[in-house]
Amino acid sequence: MRFLFKTSYAQDIRLARHGGDVATYAALGAALLAAPWVLEDYGLAQLTFVLIYGVIGLGLMLLAGYTGQFSLGHAAFVGVGAYAQGALTNAGWPFPLALAAAGVLAAAVGVVVAVPALRLKGIYLGIATLAFGFIVEEGLARWESVTGGNAGMHVKAPAMFGWVLDSAGSFYGLCLGVAVAATLGCLNLLRSPTGRAFVAVRDSEVSAQSLGIHLARTKTLAFAIASALAGVGGALYAHKLRFISPDQFNILQSIDLLLMIVIGGLGSVHGAFLGAIFLITMPQLIAAAKDVLPEAVAQAPGLQGLVYGLVLIGFVLFEPQGLYGRWLKVRTWFELFPFYRRGMFRRGKSFQKSERLR
Amino acid sequence: MNGALLQILLSGVAAGCIYGLIALGFVLIYKATETVSFAQGELMMLGAFAALALMTVLGFPYWLAVPSAIGAMALLGLAVERVVIRPILGQPAFSIVMLTIGIGYVARGAVTMIPGIGTDTHALPVPYKDEVRRLGALVLNVEQLVVIVVTAALSAALYALFRYTRIGVAMQAASQNQFAAYCMGIPVRRLNGLVWALAAAVAALAGLLLAPITFVHANMGFIGLKAFPAAVVGGFGSLPGAIVGGLVIGVVESLAGFYLLEGFKDIAAYLVVLLMLMLRPNGLFGESLRKKV
Repeated sequence: MRFLFKTSYAQDIRLARHGGDVATYAALGAALLAAPWVLEDYGLAQLTFVLIYGVIGLGLMLLAGYTGQFSLGHAAFVGVGAYAQGALTNAGWPFPLALAAAGVLAAAVGVVVAVPALRLKGIYLGIATLAFGFIVEEGLARWESVTGGNAGMHVKAPAMFGWVLDSAGSFYGLCLGVAVAATLGCLNLLRSPTGRAFVAVRDSEVSAQSLGIHLARTKTLAFAIASALAGVGGALYAHKLRFISPDQFNILQSIDLLLMIVIGGLGSVHGAFLGAIFLITMPQLIAAAKDVLPEAVAQAPGLQGLVYGLVLIGFVLFEPQGLYGRWLKVRTWFELFPFYRRGMFRRGKSFQKSERLR
Repeated sequence: MNGALLQILLSGVAAGCIYGLIALGFVLIYKATETVSFAQGELMMLGAFAALALMTVLGFPYWLAVPSAIGAMALLGLAVERVVIRPILGQPAFSIVMLTIGIGYVARGAVTMIPGIGTDTHALPVPYKDEVRRLGALVLNVEQLVVIVVTAALSAALYALFRYTRIGVAMQAASQNQFAAYCMGIPVRRLNGLVWALAAAVAALAGLLLAPITFVHANMGFIGLKAFPAAVVGGFGSLPGAIVGGLVIGVVESLAGFYLLEGFKDIAAYLVVLLMLMLRPNGLFGESLRKKV
C-alpha cells in the first residue's frame, strides 16, 4: 500500500503521480516501441488501428467526457480530415504539412458547427451535430471533382522529405508518434486553466460562468480541439486503409465512436485508448465465437450489433465509469487488499437536473 | 396549383405523417421522463416485423394482426421501461441516450437472428395494397390515404386521452412536474411505464403504416433518424408540434426532391432542422426556456 504525501503544489499537476507510474508507463512505451519486431503484420495493423482510434477518441473524450458537449456527428470530422489528407497527399504535399492542414481544416469545420451549437444544450446539440454529420456525408459523396464521390478515393502512402513510409512497421511508428504527442498534449491541456475550464463547464455552466469562464469561447475551443484530433485521426486512417469512401464516415461510425468512449470510461484519458482496444478487438472475439455458436446465430449479419448493444447496455447499467472505472476498482482492491469496501467508489446519486422551468 | 404539385404535396404529407408518428413517440417519452429515446425507429421496425410474423407464420387475418402487433409492442415498451430504463433514471441524460442506442442495436441485431425472416426484405400483405383512387387529375394512392387518415384519427384520440381522461391528465401532470405530481398521489413510476407502452404502440402503428410503402426489413428503423428533425422543428416538448414538424419535414423533403438537385432530398430534413435551431431553438410550438440559478 502506498501513501502519497503532498509536499508541494507542483505535485498536484505532475503527470506521473509517483515513481510507480513512471515505471509502468516506461514499460508500456518500451513494449509499444518493440511491437514492430515482436508482432506479425496482422497484429501490428490492429495495434495501428487502436492508436488511430485512440487519437480520435481523445478528441471526443475532451468534448464529451470533459466538456460535456456530445457530438453525434463526429465521424464527419474524421471524414473531413481523411479527405483533406487524401486530396493533399495525392496533390504531392509532404506528409507533415498535409497532416497539419487536415487537422486545421477539421478544426475550422468544428468551429463552424460550434457557433450555432453554443445556444444549444443536451439533446438539441446532439441533433444539430447529427444533422451536420449527414450533410457532410452527403457533401463528400456529391463533391465528385475532389472526393471521387461514392466510388471512393485512393490515398497514397505517406511520404516526407524523399522518404516513403510504405511498410507496416514505419507507418506504425508514425501513428505511435502522433498518438503519444496527442496524449501528452491532452494531458497537458487538462492540467492547464483551459482544461480546468472544460471540466467546470461540464459540471455546471452557471457556476463556470460566474467564475469568469467565457462559455462560448471554451465550448468553441473544445469543439475545435476535438475536431482537430478527429481530423488528424482521419488523416492517419486514410493512409492506413489507402482507400476512403463517404460511407466510412456515416452515422453508424459516429455512434461507434461514442460507444468507444462510453465503454472506455467517460472522463478519463485512459478510457479513450481502452475503448479503442475494445472497438478493435471485439470483432475478432465475435469472429472467434462464431465457431461455437449455432449456425443461424453465427451467420446473422446483426450479431456484432447485438453484442455491441448488449455490452453498451451492460456498461451503462452496471459500470457507468467504463473499463477504466472497472480497472480502478480492481487495482484499488489489490492495493488495499483486505480492506476494500463495496461502496468505496459510490458517489452520491446525482439526480438529473431538469432543463424545464419549475 | 397544378396536378403535379398537388401530387407531390400529397406524398410529402403521407411521408410527413410517418415522421410525425415516430416523433410523437420521442415527444411522449421526453415529456414524461425527460429522456430521449434513440430506439424509437427500432421499435417501429419491431412492430412491423411482429405484424409480419403474425400474418405469415401464425396466419392471422390482417384485422387481427394489427391490434395484436400493437398490443405486443405496448407490452414490450412496458418491459423495456421496467428492466433497463427505470434503474438508471436520474443519471445524466447522456447515459440514457447511450442506453437507448444500445437497445436499438440489440433490436436490430436480434431481428437478423431470426432464421429466414430477419435478413430479407418483405412486403406486408395488406388488403389495400397497390389500390389507386382517381379524383379528377389527381391519382390518390390508397396506402398514402390510409397513412393520413390513421394519423389524423390517432392525433384526435391522443388529444382526447390527454384532455378528457384521468390517466391522460395524470400523465400531463407528471410530465410538467414529477415531484409535485408525486406529492399529489399520482403513481409517477407506473405512469412512466405506461408512457413507454404508449410510445411503443404509436411506433408500432407507424411501422404498420410504413410497411406497405417501403417494405419490412431490419434497417427500416433508420427512418427514425429523420423523425428527430421533425420533433425538433415542432418543439421537442409539444405533441401537436411533433405532427406538424413531421408534416413540414415530409413536405419540404418531397418538394426538394422535385425542384432541387439530386441529393438534396436526403439532407433537406437536416438543413431544415439546422435552420430551425439557428432561428428558433425551441421549435414552432416549444415553450421558451430560461434557466434560473
